[in-house]
Amino acid sequence: MSASDIVEEFGMMPDSEKLQLLLEYSENLPDVPSKYGDNPELMERVEECQAPVFIAVEGSAESVELYFSAPREAPTTRGFASVLHAALNGKTAREITELDDDFPGQLGLEKLISPLRVRGMRGMLFRIKRKTKELLDS
Amino acid sequence: MSEQEKISQYSSPEALVTTEWLADNLDTVTLVESNEDILLYDTGHIPGAVKLDWHTELNDQVRRDYLDGEHFAKLMRSKGISRDDTIVLYGDKSNWWAAYAFWVFKLFGHQDVRLLDGGRMKWIAEGRELTTDKPSKAEGNYPEVVRKDDEIRAFRDDIAKHQPSPIIDIRSPQEYTGERLHMPDYPNEGAARAGHIPSAKNVPWGKLVQEDGSFKSLDELRTILFEETGSSPEDKFITYCRIGERSSLTWFALKYLVGVKDVRNYDGSWTEWGNLVGVPIAQGEAPGVFA
Repeated sequence: MSASDIVEEFGMMPDSEKLQLLLEYSENLPDVPSKYGDNPELMERVEECQAPVFIAVEGSAESVELYFSAPREAPTTRGFASVLHAALNGKTAREITELDDDFPGQLGLEKLISPLRVRGMRGMLFRIKRKTKELLDS
Repeated sequence: MSEQEKISQYSSPEALVTTEWLADNLDTVTLVESNEDILLYDTGHIPGAVKLDWHTELNDQVRRDYLDGEHFAKLMRSKGISRDDTIVLYGDKSNWWAAYAFWVFKLFGHQDVRLLDGGRMKWIAEGRELTTDKPSKAEGNYPEVVRKDDEIRAFRDDIAKHQPSPIIDIRSPQEYTGERLHMPDYPNEGAARAGHIPSAKNVPWGKLVQEDGSFKSLDELRTILFEETGSSPEDKFITYCRIGERSSLTWFALKYLVGVKDVRNYDGSWTEWGNLVGVPIAQGEAPGVFA
């Protein structure tokens, strides 16, 4: 699945079902491997999000692996993380850094859940891109 | 002291209910969940509760203001809420957004509104029932009521007129001193300047609640809100925070728990004051002087 597939998926849904789709994403966010689960300090905190979310970026330029940790009582944040995971995990570093910065806006959620909330997802994407660049430089 | 004894000491004990009381009265109240996280209700809520979202439902989507009487009445009817209902509000984050909704219900003069002490967290911690079933409610009977801002809402021009009466800034100490523009771990909501309204005392909202999210006892609240701020129950108060949601909780405590007659919430709060041209701002730990 690619970012554009996801934009299309959300775009096809009537507004009334977009939140349900985001909720389904939140339920499907993969658990982080135990090395992160036991050591959250190895991950980076996304300060733009209202709930505590941590991200980690691993792998190589050919295949980047993304990890997200967010609490169950913050399903919206988990949904954002899960959408980004589905769109970007396993992609090349170039695909990630070249993804449109407005991808979160293209999901059509701002009107439904408020721009302020969507800003958390923008923060996550920004940090994923930066960490991907750091991965390439290291 | 039992929870019920604690509540009976407050100045308006009818405004707060225990989880136990709610469990016994689920059939007779209109239960409303209001959260920071817009999907949380859908993952499970107290049986019978309807969802109310502050960002997308209580705000006018064009003007920066609350709904007017016509749209509030429409919203209430669509939620199956009637004017004479007993409303119990609860939510995540120690009831920040539930207290905010409570305040908005009072802008419209809804008579019987109550908060669930401890909110969603305490209900869940006690292992009480949750459901994902959404209640099917018949349309409510709600008249169009004119919103009355005068009594409990403060605007930016009221701040200067309010001097030298107490202003309570309920943000984190770092936001108050100006060390940071937004609360730790939260996004900056766009204030150009950091600090506090001169003369405001810093009482972080979290000082009012216990670990389980429920309010502290009357004596403890009096000490925190009066003694430690050098004010008295006879004073007029204004509360503010970042956008007015955390300060609704302190507004609630001042008005309904420790019995202050005249207390208004300044919902413009720091996102407005920190952007206004030419208004005074104090930085550092000292309240400073409004001039």
